[in-house]
Parts: sequence; structure tokens; C-alpha cells
Amino acid sequence: MSAIAFDHVTLAIAGREVLSDVSLAVGQGEFIGVLGPNGAGKTTLMRAILGLLKPASGRISVDGADVRRGNPAIGYLPQTRSTSADLQLTGRDFIASSIDGERYGLPFLNAGRRQALDEALATVGATGLAGRRFREMSGGERQRLLFAQALIGGPRILLLDEPLISLDPRHQTAVVELARGLCRDKGITILFSAHDINQLIGAVDRILYLGNRQATLGTVDEVITAPVLSRLYGSPIEVVRAGGRVFVLSGAQEVESGAHLHEHDEAYGHGHGHHGHP
Amino acid sequence: MGTGTGTMGILDYDFMVTAFAASGVVALVAGIVGVFLVARGQTFAGHALSHVGFAGATAAGLIGISPLFGMIGMTLAAGIAMGLLGERLSGRDVAIGIVLALSLGFGLLFLHYYTSFATQATALLFGNVLAVSGDTLRTLVAIAVVTLGGLAVISRPLLFATLQPELAEAKGVSLRLTGVIFMAIVALTVSASVQIVGILLVFTLMVGPAATAERLTARLGSALAVAAGLAVAEAWAGIAIAYYTDWPTSFCITLLSALAYFGAVAGTRR
Repeated sequence: MSAIAFDHVTLAIAGREVLSDVSLAVGQGEFIGVLGPNGAGKTTLMRAILGLLKPASGRISVDGADVRRGNPAIGYLPQTRSTSADLQLTGRDFIASSIDGERYGLPFLNAGRRQALDEALATVGATGLAGRRFREMSGGERQRLLFAQALIGGPRILLLDEPLISLDPRHQTAVVELARGLCRDKGITILFSAHDINQLIGAVDRILYLGNRQATLGTVDEVITAPVLSRLYGSPIEVVRAGGRVFVLSGAQEVESGAHLHEHDEAYGHGHGHHGHP
Repeated sequence: MGTGTGTMGILDYDFMVTAFAASGVVALVAGIVGVFLVARGQTFAGHALSHVGFAGATAAGLIGISPLFGMIGMTLAAGIAMGLLGERLSGRDVAIGIVLALSLGFGLLFLHYYTSFATQATALLFGNVLAVSGDTLRTLVAIAVVTLGGLAVISRPLLFATLQPELAEAKGVSLRLTGVIFMAIVALTVSASVQIVGILLVFTLMVGPAATAERLTARLGSALAVAAGLAVAEAWAGIAIAYYTDWPTSFCITLLSALAYFGAVAGTRR
């Protein structure tokens, strides 16, 4: 049984087709890198797997069953963590809010939940971090905590939407290795979206490349080729391999890596400037 | 405003006892609700709600019903509307501000046609806790029970939706429903706060203590406790200072609220 299966799925936002008639199957325990230009539908695909976006046609199944919102088998690390919250909670309290967060009641944890939280923090090596204020952490530290959060409840599938954005290369490697380890040690199926194939090369089992409303799933060697990418970009693409790295070029322009350099972690701000205003 | 005479203590006057009870109940609610209001970045919406309430209170006076109930009805309607608009209101401070000004304008119009009500205008705008009646106190206690009860029920999904909206949505939290219920709670809290410090000064109870607490602690439980405790302490101390100095009560409470906030900012510079 596939962990995630798309059967002739069309996804549309406000009438605009993002993915058209896509079929694919992700196996249990696979580590899938999700790539593609901005707007190709990486986030949309994950939202559909979460049951937040109903396919215009076709069927998506998770562990053989129809998708449903709030499925505890899926852990999710969203990209736009748009917390403008003027509440300077510790990292621990910040992620504690997600535990059973959909249930009514007071936001305090019982002993069992606290233990689950401690275990998740220990799994990603974030126990010492958790006492600090979430908003004062670096991008890499926050990402580590959010990983812990995504693990609470023992999900069998993790959807990680651009977890490398705004991280320096050292932390990027650490996050990829963390995901790789979870996949290997716990058999968790992972969809990991990124901007640059080189961030994931060597770590992922297969690549899911989105573009031009289509999707291609295969090994790096199968997908990162001039014919496949030319089809997905809808324009001639050249693939150059040098020094163990892959460069995807359109004309003389590198189309892929570097795209993330334009994005900043504005949602969080850093320290001052976010306090004080009434 | 009473000035202490040698023989009468501050609690020997029934209206002072009522004032302490009313301000204590309202401050407790305002402090706790304020933590969530500050956390959600909706303090301006809370401020606007109180101005909308001014139109409701004066309209109620014009047609002969209790201004408090006019205020509750109007703020509730506006609060629920704001909750329904949800995300679409974020970054629309100009639109909120224009509605706020329009509401004050309507309040002025209603006052114009109901001149005998005009003496109460100052009390509505700046509060008059010493004039709270037994009936009003009972209404305030009822509001406190409803708001704190409602908050106890929704606080977990509300906090989740506040801190991590995308994830909360994915986990099945209705951002809209929690937003609407919370704004209704805010509307009731605003209506109650107005009875103590008036329309123009609701920030004093609803934002000041919560913002101060947020500076002082990074734990949710302590933030709620500190905000509630500070709000009650500021309200009570404000009334006591007013009693002995003959300064307006609302001024004394705003002064304490501001001192606490800037004291916390200075003491925890980061």
C-alpha cells in the first residue's frame, strides 16, 4: 500500500489549475524531495494531502484511505509560519500549543502530553533549546523545534514545506540530515520541499519535480535531465553536472538554486521592533 | 469622588465597596482576555469595538433602554462581524479607524437629540466606577462568568490558531469559528471595561496589564496570572489613590497601567 497516492488528480485554486491530471505513488518510508519553480504547486500539493484543498477531480489517498483534514498520521511543517503573535512564549510553550490544539479546553498539558513533548524534543536534540523564547531563536533553532512539534503524536508521514528557507548552509545540512535520520530510524515517509536540488542530493530516495501543471516522480538521475525538466518548465533547460553538484540552466541563467536568496524570514522579525506597538 | 474624612474608612461607603467589587471583576476578565488580544495582535480592533459601543450606548439612551445593554448589543454585533471578516481585516487599520470615527460621530449625533443624556457622556467616555449600581455590578458579574467560561472552552484551539494558524487549520481548527467566538468575548469584555474606565481608556485594562505581563514572563500560565493580578491591583490601587487625592479614578488607573508597562519595558530591555 502506498503512503500517498494521487489518482488522476487535478488541483485548482480559484479556478486556476495548479496541477493537472497527476498520478503518482509514494511508498512507505520513502524520503521524497519536492522541487519545482515558485508557484509550481509544492505547497498546494501538501495542502491537498492534508485535506485542506479538495481536488477538482481525481482521488488522493493516504495509507489507502481518502484524505481527511486533521489526520493524526500526518505531521506538517508549514512554510509560511505567519505568527505575528506578540506573545513571547518559550519554545516549549510555543510547540505545546499544538498538542491536541484542535480540542476545546484549557491550553495546559497533562503529564502524558508533557512526556510526549519531552520525547519529541529529545528526538531532535532540542531539549536544551526549549526553555528559550521562541521568537529570539535563530532560524535553525526554530526549525529544530518545529521538527519536534511535527513528530508529536507519532506521525507516519511528514510534510515539510521549505524547511531550509532562511537557513545558512551549515544548518541546511543539519536539517536535511535530521529528516534523513527520522526517515531511516522511524520509517517515516517524508515529503521535503526545497528550492535547490543540491540541498537534497544524496539524501533523498526520489525527487518529485513539479512544473507546468505536471509532476514527475523518479530518482535524481531519472528526473534531473534536460528532456524532463524542459517539459516541466515549458522551455529549453540544460542540466550541467560538476563537482558532485547539479546546475539547472535556462539559457545562461541558473533557474533553481539562488531562487531562495530572494526570500527573507520576514514573518518572524528578529527581536526588537515587534514589541512595544500597542 | 469622596475625600476621606477622619472617621470614615474607604470601605465604609457602599458605593466604594461596589466600585472595588465591580473593578475587581472587570479587571480580572480584562487582564486575562487581554493576554489573548495582545497575542493575536488585535488590540486596535478592541479599541475600535469600544468606540462602536459608544454609538450603541447613546442610541440605547435615545430610545429609552439601558446604555449598558445598548453597548453590549452593538459591540457584540461589531465583534462578530470583525471575527467573520477575519484575515481580511488584517492590515486594514485605516478601514477600522474610519468605522471607529464614524461610530463616535453617530454617538455624538444621538447625544445631540437626547440632551438629558449628555451629562452621562463624560462617564461613558472616561468611566465612572464610583457610580456603578448594584444592578450594573450583577450584569458585570454575569459578563465575567460568560467571558471566562467561553474562554476556558476555546482557549486551547484559540492559542493554537494564534501561534500557528496554518498548522492549526491543517489539524482541523476552524480559524473563523475561534476568531468569531473570541471577538464576541472581546466585545463583552470591552462593554464591561467601559463601565470602569470608559470608552477612551479601555486599553488601560485590556492591553496595559497583558502587555506588561508579556514582558515579564515567557510562560503562558504565568502571563495569564500576572496580567490578571496586575489589572486588579492597578484598578484597586487606582480607586484608592483617587479616594485619597480626589483625582479622577480613571486617570489614576491609566497612570498605574502606564507606569507598570514602561517599568517592565525598562526593566527587561531586550
